[in-house]
Amino acid sequence: MTPKMTEGIHLRGVSRSFGKIRAVSDLTIDVPNGSVAVLLGPNGAGKTTTVRLITGSLRADAGTIQVHGLDPIADGDAIRQRCGVVPPKPALYDRLTGRNNLEYSAMIWDAPPEAIDEAAARFGIDHALHLKVAGYSTGMRTRLALARAVLHDPDILLLDEPTAGLDPESARAVLDLIRELAGSGRTVIMATHLLHEAEGIADQVILMGAGNARAAGHPLELAARYMKDPVVIIDAENRDRLKDLDTREGVVSTSWNGALHVTIESLEILPDMVASLVTDGVRLTRIEPMAATLEHLYFEMQRQLGEIPPPQVTK
Amino acid sequence: MRWSKVWTVARIDLHRLFISKDYWVPMVILGGIFFVFIPWVLLGVVTRPQSLQIVQQIGEVLTSLPGAASDVVQGETPQARAAYSLAVFLLAPVAIVVPLTISSAVGAQAIVGERERGIGEFLAHSPLQIKEIYAGKLLASAIPGYAATLVGFTLYSFIVNLRAGPLVGHWFFPTTGWWLLILWVVPPFLLVALSIIVRLSARVQSTAAAQQAASLISLPIIMASYVASSGFVLDPTLAALIVGSGAWILAIWGVMSGAKAINRERLLGVGTEA
Repeated sequence: MTPKMTEGIHLRGVSRSFGKIRAVSDLTIDVPNGSVAVLLGPNGAGKTTTVRLITGSLRADAGTIQVHGLDPIADGDAIRQRCGVVPPKPALYDRLTGRNNLEYSAMIWDAPPEAIDEAAARFGIDHALHLKVAGYSTGMRTRLALARAVLHDPDILLLDEPTAGLDPESARAVLDLIRELAGSGRTVIMATHLLHEAEGIADQVILMGAGNARAAGHPLELAARYMKDPVVIIDAENRDRLKDLDTREGVVSTSWNGALHVTIESLEILPDMVASLVTDGVRLTRIEPMAATLEHLYFEMQRQLGEIPPPQVTK
Repeated sequence: MRWSKVWTVARIDLHRLFISKDYWVPMVILGGIFFVFIPWVLLGVVTRPQSLQIVQQIGEVLTSLPGAASDVVQGETPQARAAYSLAVFLLAPVAIVVPLTISSAVGAQAIVGERERGIGEFLAHSPLQIKEIYAGKLLASAIPGYAATLVGFTLYSFIVNLRAGPLVGHWFFPTTGWWLLILWVVPPFLLVALSIIVRLSARVQSTAAAQQAASLISLPIIMASYVASSGFVLDPTLAALIVGSGAWILAIWGVMSGAKAINRERLLGVGTEA
């Protein structure tokens, strides 16, 4: 079903080149209101360019873009007023204090002054607002950039690699905050190349490669589409006895990754397979049906769709 | 164009400059050298009783000027006339060197500097109109230079009157020509230069390149202003009015057309290859 074009964010056949490099090529994506879309792909896949096209900071060479029914080129100022953007580099005024950074942003976006302390508290940066940003850690900078992005209570959040350079603890805190923002009904588009970040956040994963959406859908939907065969993790004291497992009936493939990852046609064959392994003298230490993580999905999609190519270069 | 947004853009930059000692200390030193130190020393030399030879040389220069120019020079003694000439005519170009040097340093970084610091991306995604960003940057570049000139001009007036006033017989500075120079001629020259420099700042790929380009722009404008201010010798009022009017026309055209050089792609740094 075609979504209503006045709602959400819709890109149709959008292309954009920089010189000979085609950063975005015939890209079509739909992000409904109040949902979280994760643009997933390697560096150079066109994620940042897509974010820039949505705010109208970049002009598309071809195709149409609709953001809440508005055209980013004709109505760019109105769209940008409704967007909160966290760029890959936090883009903060280093010589000013955290509070100064938020105050000036509030002036630019016409946000009320009381929003400054609220946003800072929300992202746990209120204790450092009096300090110069130059002295902030990477995590504090990201938190300040996030606080700045939500100051004016935007309808749309565009987060471009929001956890880049963060330690795991800070990255987790930032992701929790993004989950919270997404839960408050905002439309969120997050660009990342880190698979685990999309896990548990995404209503829709858009796998990008060479500036194009190679696949899109809810993670479960994609799992059903690309991971039809279940995977079971098996390990044993005498691992050498597992070598010929892929010759057994119902086994699609096997691969070693710490333990043996066995792709089978159906979980129904598992009891018989385990019984026969025990009969054959295999001393099993682990049998675990594997939950489909986004990482597995990503690599499975990549396997089925082919390697994600680098950005296209035209002659 | 929303002036409140223009002022916000300018305020951010001015705030950053104000708290950056590495910017304003050299600015104070530069203004101090041109508006205080050099005049203090030169006027001190001329007003010394032992400086007869220098006074005679200046006097000879003055006698070669047309009658109208000679009539303007005040003072009963050769020494008084030499001090008056030095203060009023010879140091006039200082008034444009200082603001241009200070403002071009800020203007050169206006766009390319933001891009290098990553702030360009923030501005590009903001609801600010390009005209507002441009006008804010122009204002933030012009204000430090012009403010330094006004402060320097005030100090210079005191120095001139303190050093040369007793010889001439009364406090004579600022003259009408200097008022016109500061209020009517300097601002448009500054705007002409900045409209070109900010435009270049959007097009070049690095701050270093922008500084080089700014130097190239400033030099001919300083020379033009020197020629213009020398014209005050003949008829201070008329020359200033004519030169100022021409400069204002150029400045208005330069400022109006300058915004076209900036776009969001240049703020992001993807449109500089053009």
